[in-house]
Amino acid sequence: MTLKTLKSSTMAEIIQEDKHKGGKKKPKKHSTAIDMTPMVDLMCLLITFFMLTTAFSKPKVMEIVLPEKIKKNEKVEPPKIADSRTLNIIVGSNDKVYWYPGKPDPAALVPLQETNFSATGIRQVLLDRNRALFKKIEQFQQDVISGKLNIRQDSLQSAIRQLKKDDDTGPIVLIKFYKKAKYKNFVDIIDEMSIVGIARYIITDINWIEEGMVETALGIPHTSVAPAGTAKK
Amino acid sequence: MPKIKIPHKSPHVDMTPMVDLFSLLLTFFMLTATMRPAEPAKVDVPFSVSEKKTPDANIMTVTIASDNRVFFNVDNGPDTILHFRPKILEEMGKRYNIVFTPEELRYFEKNSAPFGVNIKDFKAYLAAKDSKERDRFQKGIPIDSTDNQMALWVLFAREVNPSVNALIKGDGSVEYPLVKKVLDILQDKNVNRFSLITSLEKVEVVDTKDAKK
Repeated sequence: MTLKTLKSSTMAEIIQEDKHKGGKKKPKKHSTAIDMTPMVDLMCLLITFFMLTTAFSKPKVMEIVLPEKIKKNEKVEPPKIADSRTLNIIVGSNDKVYWYPGKPDPAALVPLQETNFSATGIRQVLLDRNRALFKKIEQFQQDVISGKLNIRQDSLQSAIRQLKKDDDTGPIVLIKFYKKAKYKNFVDIIDEMSIVGIARYIITDINWIEEGMVETALGIPHTSVAPAGTAKK
Repeated sequence: MPKIKIPHKSPHVDMTPMVDLFSLLLTFFMLTATMRPAEPAKVDVPFSVSEKKTPDANIMTVTIASDNRVFFNVDNGPDTILHFRPKILEEMGKRYNIVFTPEELRYFEKNSAPFGVNIKDFKAYLAAKDSKERDRFQKGIPIDSTDNQMALWVLFAREVNPSVNALIKGDGSVEYPLVKKVLDILQDKNVNRFSLITSLEKVEVVDTKDAKK
């Protein structure tokens, strides 16, 4: 019963509408196309996000190799290096670096030179001493880029390593750290070595003389004293 | 003169092919994106000029946070056969007389986030329900000479996987003595080659002597 009435009523409506159509009213035309612009916008955004995060999420690494530790019962003669080629760098606190040439001598203290990590700071000091090797490496890389030398990318690194190995004029840099030095500066100074192309550098422990020198430069009382009798390693 | 008929064109462009392409790309990038595990502490790494990329597998990472907590992590990338992580934890448990159940080992293998947990708290750490509860145990791995758990982690990581590379991820504001301590621990275990994780920063070398000329 209900179904029948429903049917009949709809039928009637259609007929009625048809009657309307017969008049002047035009039927509404619905377009089948949907506006996709917002969707495209969102997708663009997401794609850019995923592209950028996948490409740049990998952090870079800087390699350092430290010399093997000398075992307690092993006797190894420390390598002899020329004082004239030695450059001591002490990384201090507050982004300051101190340097002095030669060997620390408690009798005749060399004043520390203070500088920083800017492009005109410690980099120039190192560059002044390492100019020959730096120029050689730069020239070599230029030749490879311009096509004068035909070398594969992986052998380029070993060629540069060989250049560094053969170098005998550049400085031998001893890097030491004051106890208040930050890890950031630790990375900075090793980074400077690779920027300037220093062939020989080593990270060693600071000794009491140098600690005193830094403290004098900072204007604070000395915290370390000379070890009694035995020389500090 | 005949009337020129201008074809009636809709200003709408059909964007369906574009949307198709975009969805394809989006799906691709979403699936290939590797989810980075949550870091237990925020670490601001320093900058360097090095362009070498971090290796994918065979790495152990020592993280030094700015509050001097030390974390450790072993990552073997996508490999699922070797099971380095549970083996290392098992060895570590043996040393401290803690027996880890297979479920705990499996859980440890799946969650490759750095951990800074004392081995004595490790069972509770693995049983923690959410990250908030887990963070309570992240007090840093003891590195004192009395209970040097970091040295043991390094030792077992190297025993289980001899070709492991040491990575150090330190916050820029960490003071040198702590870094030195970590380096010493690694060197005591005969690790002499380190990779320091840094962000890339380009620098120009300006020679003042050249500039004057």
